[in-house]
This record gives sequence, structure tokens and C-alpha cells, in this order.
Amino acid sequence: MADASTEAAIVQQIRSDYKYGFSDAEDYVFKSGKGLTRELIMQISRLKQEPEWMLDIRLKAFEVFKSKPMPTWGADLSGIDFDDIHYYVRPSEKAETNWDDVPEYIKNTFDKLGIPEAERKFLAGVSAQYESEVVYHSIREDLEKLGVIFLDMDGALRQFPEIVRQYFGTVIPMSDNKFAALNTAVWSGGSFIYVPEGVKVDIPLQAYFRINAQSMGQFERTLIITAPGSFVHYIEGCTAPVYSKDSLHAAVVELIALEGSKIRYTTIQNWSNNVYNLVTKRAKAFRNAAVEWIDGNLGSKITMKYPAIFLMEEGARGEVLSIAFAGKGQHQDAGAKMVHLAPHTSSTVLSKSISKDGGRASYRGLVKVLPKAENIRSNVRCDALILDPESRSDTYPTMDIGNQNVHIGHEATVSKVGDEQVFYLMSRGLSEDDAITMIVNGFFEPFTKELPLEYAVELNRLIKLEMEGSVG
Amino acid sequence: MSDPLLKIENLHVAVEGKQILRGLNLTVRPGEIHAIMGPNGSGKSTLSNALMGHPSYLVTSGTVTYKGQQIQELPADERARQGIFLAFQYPTAIPGVSLGNFLLAAVRNVRGAANVKPLEFRKELMACMKDLGIRQDFAGRYVNEGFSGGEKKRVEILQMAMLRPSLAILDETDSGLDIDALRIVAEGVNRQVTPEMGVLVITHYQRLLDYIKPDFVHVLVSGRIVQSGGPELALELEARGYDELLRTHGADAAPVVAGA
Repeated sequence: MADASTEAAIVQQIRSDYKYGFSDAEDYVFKSGKGLTRELIMQISRLKQEPEWMLDIRLKAFEVFKSKPMPTWGADLSGIDFDDIHYYVRPSEKAETNWDDVPEYIKNTFDKLGIPEAERKFLAGVSAQYESEVVYHSIREDLEKLGVIFLDMDGALRQFPEIVRQYFGTVIPMSDNKFAALNTAVWSGGSFIYVPEGVKVDIPLQAYFRINAQSMGQFERTLIITAPGSFVHYIEGCTAPVYSKDSLHAAVVELIALEGSKIRYTTIQNWSNNVYNLVTKRAKAFRNAAVEWIDGNLGSKITMKYPAIFLMEEGARGEVLSIAFAGKGQHQDAGAKMVHLAPHTSSTVLSKSISKDGGRASYRGLVKVLPKAENIRSNVRCDALILDPESRSDTYPTMDIGNQNVHIGHEATVSKVGDEQVFYLMSRGLSEDDAITMIVNGFFEPFTKELPLEYAVELNRLIKLEMEGSVG
Repeated sequence: MSDPLLKIENLHVAVEGKQILRGLNLTVRPGEIHAIMGPNGSGKSTLSNALMGHPSYLVTSGTVTYKGQQIQELPADERARQGIFLAFQYPTAIPGVSLGNFLLAAVRNVRGAANVKPLEFRKELMACMKDLGIRQDFAGRYVNEGFSGGEKKRVEILQMAMLRPSLAILDETDSGLDIDALRIVAEGVNRQVTPEMGVLVITHYQRLLDYIKPDFVHVLVSGRIVQSGGPELALELEARGYDELLRTHGADAAPVVAGA
């Protein structure tokens, strides 16, 4: 590492480019020391007043975590020091349902991030997580009356332990991978959603995740269950301050779409460039159910995330639509997994990535068809746009097709921003910067058009920020 | 006589190290329509790209003076903002960018953002589209993506109408058009021509000049203008072909001092 003054200067520079890079002074109810021990896990469980069975799960998962080697098949994770992380930070006593009761400094932070305004304008419910705990959640009254549950995961465990116990870890077992095991051992916060039969939540529910402390580990746990014939659209966003020391975000998200229901899960990930973002996301879609992961990755130092859909029964549909933007010092290793376990199921993957200023974007995907799964349709398309010779893009598709009676399509393109495109736009008065930004926004358009208008506008603005000064 | 709008003097342009224009001279005054005709490979498209400021087209010597100011060093966006417009021979597709949004950005850059009100812009766009027989839904389609040859050319003229240039360069605007489309496009151009404006019509064939009547016709061969005249020159060329001129002035012929 460079000397302190240089390091401070670098951090300052990054801060000035990333508008969410501010931080609050720490005034916490509880902050664990660095490193993870069995005792800390027991302490977390005690603080949360959890049932015994959850503590058992945590402790088992801790053993699994310790026994699993660091994955080496993907992005470079050698910079993670598990002993240099705060695993549990409790900013306040409980999740408030009244905005006024949230501690002032946290309120200010979420104000700056525009959360209360968004809630008023276009959301059906909001959950705001700060460090390890959800500090605020709300849901529109009419939805609550219809039986829609939208809680922080800890609250759900207290109020609906039997539902949580029935589904927790059934989509992503603790042994799935090292970071799923870690999450299961130390999880805190996250969202729990249950939509009753036939209820369609017409406007989105949103969760917002904020890391504030340095060397922080955030391990939220999300579980969404849609009963037959229901629908929900859930949106998550995330940011963090810029520090010279890295933080770790290792979430687990499990979705269960029961017969004829539909879940759309939208992520706009905009972590600062000192966050390792290692997330396991998986859904099970049952008969005639549909799951859509709309996954936007702009921030983080390293992201490894491959939203998966297990198509469990006939008529199930899965879609992953993802974008990744890899700038200086970033590696976005993202993709999708589609597992066809039943006949007459279909899946679509559209992945778009941009790499710039030495950034690296990888698509890593799997389409698996089990032998008994006939009449499958699957279509995978990945497009990469490389903005300069220093940047890199790779595609690692895996096809594991156990049945002959399938329609599988795979297409991958790698392109550069064309000189003719830039000239064409400049000949209409756009500066070179604006021309390239317009081409990039157009490249992401298949993703952007799936977002609610407010998010599409915000995404285009973020891309413009990322693109500024790209012409040198 | 009014001051020249465009004055090209001894222009030499190279593309990828190859000299294409070799001492081209041309003066366009406000209100004049000039046709540049020439065989394939004579440098017609090089001239239009060089005038618009394509970075791959290197001006190795000579000057381009527009409204009294030398512009050969200016980037394309600056030239566009000063009122130069090029209707491309092969317009490029911009996937994911709607024609409406693209035009709004273009018009804002050229006229100044403060002078463009979204509602008025939309009205104007719809009116211009109607004039050119372009369906309204094209405003939501991605720029030139999946457009037919004729649709692309109409959309070029639509852009010209919205940007209201002082100098319009039409590069082979007739290529790929059937006779009906040609007429619509030409009428679109004619409606836009004002006494203050200069137009350069670059074409291989004479037929476009039946619709857009030039005041002057120039023949470009091997990177130089070798003959200039009135509209009758275009008809002569149509009858004679370029062979004779190529023999006299082509790359293999003995060097000559360009006429005109």
C-alpha cells in the first residue's frame, strides 16, 4: 500500500467521483470486534432472541464455512481477509415502522439517498437496512389488509417462525458454497415477503441496503414466497461509503414462486469500489410460475453473482436480464443459471456487459436440462461492449443437456463502440463524450426499459457519471 | 456578390495513408446549389466526410473556410453546431436509442438546450415526419435499425429539417431509392432550401438533379474538380459517361492543373 497521504488522496479522488461515498460517525448499540468465532455467532443469536433451531443452523453453517476452501474458479478473492471484518453491527434497537423514530443520522443518510421520497412517490413498501439490521420498514395499509407480509427477516423469524422454518435454506442449502455457508452462519437483516393466494402487488416493494462502517461485513438474508396466482415486484438498491479498506457483502436470496405466481426481482447494485459483492441468488419456480431476475451491477470491487432459477414443474418460466458495468479496478463476474427439472419449461438469459478503463466483465452461465425434462426451450444471449484496449470481457457458458428433445439457443457477441457510430452522432452536434454515453445507454436499453421509469432515469444518470471523462 | 458560405482551397485529404483528394477548389455562396458528380472512387464521399470532420479523413494540406472561419481543424460536433449538415450515404444504426430521443439531443446541441421546449419539439418533429411521409411510430424506433434504404434516406432528410443547417451536404442521397421515394426526399430538400443556405449535392447519377436543380455542376475525377458548368453539364455527362474524363484526368493520366 502507498503511504497514508497518497492513500488518502486516492480515497478522496474516488469519493469525489462516487456520490454515495459519504459516511456517518458510528454511534452503535453493538459492534462486534473483527473476526468470526462460535461465541460471536451465539452472541448474535442471543441478541436477536432467536429460537434454538436457528442457532443450531447457524453453528452448523459455521462449520461448513470453515471446511470449504475459498473458490478459485472465478474472480480473484485472495484480497479477502476473514479476520479483518466486523461481522455484526447493530445500529439501533429495532426496526421502526415510523420514519420519525429512526435515529437522526441514519435518517439523514437515507434522506440523502432519496428513500423516503421514493416511498411517497412510487413504492408500496420500503425496507431500509443500515449495517446489519433493518432500521425501518413499512408497507401500504391496503396490502397489509390483504395479508401481504413485508418484514425484515429477523422480524419474520419472531412473528412467523413456522413459515421461516419451513422455507429457510430450502432453495440454497448452507453447503451450496462458502459464502452461502458464511451467510447462513451470521445472517442478519434482509427482507421477508409473503404474498397470499391471488394477490397481485401492483407497485414495487423496495429494500435499500447501506453499509456505513469500514471493514464491514453485511450478510442480509432474503426470502420471498408467492402463493398460487399472486405477483410481486421487489427492488433492491445498495451503496456504501468509500474507504481504503474493503468491505464484504455476502447475501443469500431465496425465492419460491408457487403455482401460477410470478416474482420479479430487480437489483440495482451500486456499491462503492471497495466492496466484495459475493451473493447467492436462487429461485424455485413451480407449475406455470414465472421468475424474473433483473440484475444491474454497476458498483463493487468484485462481484460474483449468478442468479439461478430452478424450473421445478411443467410450465415454469425463468428469465434473467442482467447488465454489468466494469470500470477501473472492477471485476464483474456475473451470469445466470437455468436448471430445467421438468418438461415444458422455458428460460431466457440476456446478459449485457461493458468494460472500461481496464475493468473486466465476465459472463458465467449454466443451462442444465435433466434427462426426463422434454420439450425445453432455452435461449441465452450475451453481448459485451469493450470501450478501450485495456479492458477485458470473457464468456464462460456451460451447457449440460440431458435430453434430445430441446430447443437451445446460445449467442455471444463482443463489440467495440464503432467509430462510425460516434462520428454519426457527433455530426449531429453531440460531443464525443455524449455520443459514447448515448451508444452505451442504447446498449443497455433492453435492460433499462424493464425498469420503472424513476429507476431507468437514475440508471441512465449513473451511467453518464461512469462515462464522464471517458474520452481522453 | 455575397461573401462565400464555403470556400475550399487546394484541399488535400488522405485516408489511411492514401491520398484521395489532391487539390480541390470550390466556392459555395448563400442560396447556391452545387452538384458534385464523378465516377466511383473519384473522392466524392471523401469530400463529404472531410467537410463534416470525420477523424479518419486527414486534411494534409489546403483550407476549408466556412462563414469566414477556417474549420478544417474543428471536430464534427463543433461543425454541426455551426450549421453544417451531412446526409450520409450509409447512415449508421444506433441500437437502443430511439429516433425521437436522438433527435431531441441533436436539436438541443445544435440550437442550444434553452431554445428547445420538449412539447414544441415534439410538435415540430411530428409535422416534419408527416411532410416526409414517415410514420409517427418511427420516433420510438431505434435509429436506423432495421430501416429500409429508403427509410434511412428519409430519416436523414428529417434530421436536416430539424437541424436547419446553413450548409447541407447530401452524399449520394439518391442511392437505393425508388422513383417515388426519390421524389419525396427531393421535395423534402427543396422545401428546406432558403436564400441563406448552401447545398452540396454529391451524386453519381444525374437523375436526382431532375428534382433538386443545381446552379452549378462540377465533375470530380481523381480527387480534383476537372470540369465545372451549369445544369447542362450533368446532362452531357449522363450522355457521354465518365470514360473520356477518366482517360484525360484519371489517376493514370498525366498530371494536370485543375480547372474551374
